[in-house]
Amino acid sequence: MTTGYLHSLESFGAVDGPGIRFVVFLSGCPLRCLYCHNPDTWVQKQTLCMTPPEVMEKIRSERSFLLRGGVTLSGGEPLMQAEFCAELLTLCRQEGFHTAIDTSGAIPLEQSRHAIDLADMLLLDIKDIDPEDCRTLTGKTNENALATLDYCEQTGKDVWIRHVLVPGYTLNPDKLQRLADKLSRYSCVKRVDLLPYHTMGLYKWESLGLTCKLADTPTPTAEEIAMANAYFTKWKTPAAE
Amino acid sequence: MNFKSGIWDREINLRDFIVRNYTPYDGDDSFLAPPTARTKALWDKVLALLEQERKAGGVLDIDEHTISTITSHKCGYIDKELETIVGLQTDAPLKRAIMPFGGIRMVRNSLEAYGRELPPDIENVFKYRKTHNDGVFDVYTDDMKRARHTGIITGLPDAYGRGRIIGDYRRIPLYGVDRLIEDKLAAKKAHDAEPMYGDTVRNLEEMAEQIKALKELKQMAAEYGFDISRPAENTQEAIQWLYFGYLAAIKEQNGAAMSLGRVSTFLDIYAQEDLKNGTFTEEQIQELVDHFIMKLRMVRFLRTPAYDELFSGDPTWVTESIGGMCEDGRHMVTKMSYRFLHTLVNLGPAPEPNLTVLWSHKLPENFKKFCARISISTSSIQYENDELMRECFGDDYGIACCVSAMPIGKQMQFFGARANLAKALLYAINDGRDERYGDQLCKGVGQVPDGPLQFDDVYSRFEYVCEWLTKLYINTLNIIHFMHDKYCYERLQMALHDENIIRTSACGLAGLSVVVDSLSAIKYAKVTPIRNEEGIATDFTIEGDYPKFGNNDPRVDELATMVVERFMKRLSRRRTYRNSIPTMSILTITSNVVYGKKTGSTPDGRKAGEPFAPGANPMHGRDTNGCIASMLSVSKIPYTYAEDGISYTFSIIPDALGKDEEDKENNLVSLLDGYTREHGHHMNVNVMNRETLIDAMDHPELYPQLTIRVSGYAVNFIKLTREQQLDVIHRTFHTRM
Repeated sequence: MTTGYLHSLESFGAVDGPGIRFVVFLSGCPLRCLYCHNPDTWVQKQTLCMTPPEVMEKIRSERSFLLRGGVTLSGGEPLMQAEFCAELLTLCRQEGFHTAIDTSGAIPLEQSRHAIDLADMLLLDIKDIDPEDCRTLTGKTNENALATLDYCEQTGKDVWIRHVLVPGYTLNPDKLQRLADKLSRYSCVKRVDLLPYHTMGLYKWESLGLTCKLADTPTPTAEEIAMANAYFTKWKTPAAE
Repeated sequence: MNFKSGIWDREINLRDFIVRNYTPYDGDDSFLAPPTARTKALWDKVLALLEQERKAGGVLDIDEHTISTITSHKCGYIDKELETIVGLQTDAPLKRAIMPFGGIRMVRNSLEAYGRELPPDIENVFKYRKTHNDGVFDVYTDDMKRARHTGIITGLPDAYGRGRIIGDYRRIPLYGVDRLIEDKLAAKKAHDAEPMYGDTVRNLEEMAEQIKALKELKQMAAEYGFDISRPAENTQEAIQWLYFGYLAAIKEQNGAAMSLGRVSTFLDIYAQEDLKNGTFTEEQIQELVDHFIMKLRMVRFLRTPAYDELFSGDPTWVTESIGGMCEDGRHMVTKMSYRFLHTLVNLGPAPEPNLTVLWSHKLPENFKKFCARISISTSSIQYENDELMRECFGDDYGIACCVSAMPIGKQMQFFGARANLAKALLYAINDGRDERYGDQLCKGVGQVPDGPLQFDDVYSRFEYVCEWLTKLYINTLNIIHFMHDKYCYERLQMALHDENIIRTSACGLAGLSVVVDSLSAIKYAKVTPIRNEEGIATDFTIEGDYPKFGNNDPRVDELATMVVERFMKRLSRRRTYRNSIPTMSILTITSNVVYGKKTGSTPDGRKAGEPFAPGANPMHGRDTNGCIASMLSVSKIPYTYAEDGISYTFSIIPDALGKDEEDKENNLVSLLDGYTREHGHHMNVNVMNRETLIDAMDHPELYPQLTIRVSGYAVNFIKLTREQQLDVIHRTFHTRM
């Protein structure tokens, strides 16, 4: 049995997949996104260690609330601990819980494939459609993320795309058009959630003694959000303004 | 009207009438009608009056010259031409009456607080006539007075009307008053041959009073131009007849909570007939409902500022129970359920009537989503678990006050406010002495050993204090209710009950999460009292961490169950007035602030004077695993041992509930379904941003209708005291996005 290094457990996730989700936040992330709102999950710490059956016990006690929702593994990057994810997903599957993995797709498929196979769906964060810009924004290119998306298309796995609108980085017509064109070629993509960049995680950077390069970046205006939404009407899930 | 006959023809049996005649509605809200021009004009007048009332400092006008009875005042109107449902408590809207039979002192103090004086002729009456309050204080023991003074028992209805009795107002439209009088006369006559012992004589006198009250009710209605001796013959009459019954009750009694019962599905039977026959259109029926609800929003009682500090915001608890399931497997949602909730849209949000949805996961999806939508936009609805309550009370119960279920017309309660359990724990640590006053109230507790508190030691002393407290508590209630029956009997409300009823002695607990976290701290961390020179613990040092209530952690949740179960079992062993059955609620209303003020520092780290959490809520900010973990902890408190209700208030910011409107509605439905399935009892739902509340504190004039649910009821946020506003703002708002 594998021990998971967890950041925290959240009993009520309302924006982490369909319905109400029990969210398991795993610790550790290979990316260093400039806009990260949870930099406290970057480094894998051994503060909260639990085995899959221990986490399962918590999930089970909440079953009545999850009948139209399920369980979401999030992070950090959950697939850094792919084996733990696979074990927990297996247990969830045995007990009839719907499962989702909230991932950046940054982990190579050879490591993540087994866990992905066991999940009902993916929440896949496409950070930047341009590989090099993606490196600037996150520290890595989008190669693995796009490979993960291809894999989901091949295996018929439902995907909800998430994409953060960062002024000066992703929030421009050219990038949004390229992303929309790319996504429209995938039948596995069921929903696109555009998430306007926000500054609510800034205090975490400060408390960790880190400097957030985007500290002075403005949050997108209502007009900018409306402009971005227009590219993704096909999926009918505009970003909240 | 063309009703299906049944047992209800032969005997007074509302349930039988409803079950045979109601039409469940599975559709959506698209049939609902907007406010008519007449409704808008009338509501504008009411809004203007409410504004005047607010500007006048909370009380618009008082008639201090007339003792309120069913027939005491001339007819009053808002605007006679516009009103389709008529009747006010006095001769003018929002003018408050005096009701001195609960306690003349309360009336005198209230008048003084608003710059008036009790007229000499009224003073003179009470030179010769005793009140409930006089009776109670004639008999109270020293221990009772001390417990009242320190606040280990608080909020007792010993100076005002006890309330929490629901007249079955539906009987008036269904049967007409004459039939009800006949029934009571026959019941009284049946006792003629019995030996006249005390109990029988009391019953006979009560029945005589009930009959008089029914006659006065007819007279009051006649003055408004209606003959209610006969049954109602259409929706307008049904609402009007029913409202006259309720109006008579609130003219006679300044009860702490004057609930309406469960009238909407009953009224729908009339509306269905009228729609079918073309007597009224949907617009007209909604208009009648809107006008009725306006009246319920205008119920007023004269109360003291001290009362307001305890139960803030001028509440009246005109609780109406909506929905629920029928024992035959059908749901009891009708179009009228929608129409009642729709008043929150047509007239805007409001705290009264206290709209309560009897929730079951089996209710129709359309209705569930409609409720969620109205909750999200108005924060004016509370939800109670029909699955739990139907098992105990059948399918024709209503909610009195906040969370107290009772079969309508068949059961009443002796309202008993609540005991401060956090203080009881401090008595266990301080040899029975009050931590603020130093007096020893409970003797024989003994000194806890020096050094860190030991769980087993403290807990056994706590049990000893609870034994003393439950005895004192029930004895106190016995006195209060003996005197209330004698000097301030609810003639009209009891006339709308069966002859033989079940009575409960409804005790209550405050500070549950403080006690539970304190016990957990003592058990799992190291807690050492800091004592003053008199040896009283004024504060505590806590070393290490401990599991906290509200995180679905069995180690501490089990302590909550244990405390509740043992306290209730102790109450059950006491001998009660009129063989009432002891019950218990975990509910504070807004009194959690005052209880906190009167309680010293506690072993959980709460400092002296800080508010308790409301009702059964976890302490502010200690439930850190999200709202479902919090709900699971509360839902584990066994309803069997707290059948008078377990109140939980849930506040969340809109964005944390879901991405779009549909997600939010669905997620709220899932939360309510989950809570119901897990046997949670009651839930207040607030969906709002803290910033709105802060802004409303600074600019109350911009938020005249801003409503927020607190433990068991709803208030106009701007009518709360500043302290209570701050308490609401500091409470946990679930914010994770």
